[in-house]
Amino acid sequence: MSAPTRMTLKEIQELLQAEVITGDDRLDEEITAAGGSDLMSDVLAFGKPGILLLTGLSNSQSVRTANIIDAKAIIYVRGKKPDQEGIELARAKNIPLLSTQFMMYTACGLLFSHGLKGIGAPPVRKSP
Amino acid sequence: MSDDNILSQRFEIRGGDFSNAGKASTSIKEILQEIGIDPSIIIRASIASYEAEMNVVMYAQRGSLTLNITPEKLHFKLEDDGPGIENIELAMKEGFSTATDKMREMGFGAGMGLPNIKKNADKFEIFSRPGQGTSLDITFFLNETE
Repeated sequence: MSAPTRMTLKEIQELLQAEVITGDDRLDEEITAAGGSDLMSDVLAFGKPGILLLTGLSNSQSVRTANIIDAKAIIYVRGKKPDQEGIELARAKNIPLLSTQFMMYTACGLLFSHGLKGIGAPPVRKSP
Repeated sequence: MSDDNILSQRFEIRGGDFSNAGKASTSIKEILQEIGIDPSIIIRASIASYEAEMNVVMYAQRGSLTLNITPEKLHFKLEDDGPGIENIELAMKEGFSTATDKMREMGFGAGMGLPNIKKNADKFEIFSRPGQGTSLDITFFLNETE
């Protein structure tokens, strides 16, 4: 297997023409996988540590969920922006937040076509 | 609980309070990180406590989450005064949900909560009766090698 494609948050920001809401100083973070969902239930069930989360859910639960699963950053799609509480939590937890005008499908497609992989099949978190 | 408790802390959870939903679990994750629990256990425990906390917020008027840590295990006790669960077997099925639109707006209610708690926990027990609330016992063993 070849090494996974890495993209820095800076490269991702440029590709998606995204606005940085918080985390300007962490754009050199490297991302190796991403997942997109508006349903935090699904993110909690299928998310993996270190992923980039793409979502259209703009309430603070998006940031809480990202923190719980150790996601590296969040991209809000469709021009959404998190509420103030979400922004403050993200600052406290060092989770960069970006916002792109692209729709979910297009944003994910752009990243995927640049080699950024998804999270694959649902993970098995513990031995049977 | 037993005498060898390292830590015991109770968090009150208010039903319907979506803006504070998840705060207890965020605090619990911080506590587990400070104590130095294994990161692979922290993530499983955080997911389980967050799902369980959200269930209380979504379905009950009030409830509590009690965290207990001993040298051997990490344990969450959830208790709520919600409507209870009529058919636990059905509620444990992925995708089965009785969520309202409001819950879905918050990004929850996909019918993944209880099965996801069970999947992440080392031991999971649920007690519920219609009209008598729900309680969960969620346990993680700290010294097991995978």
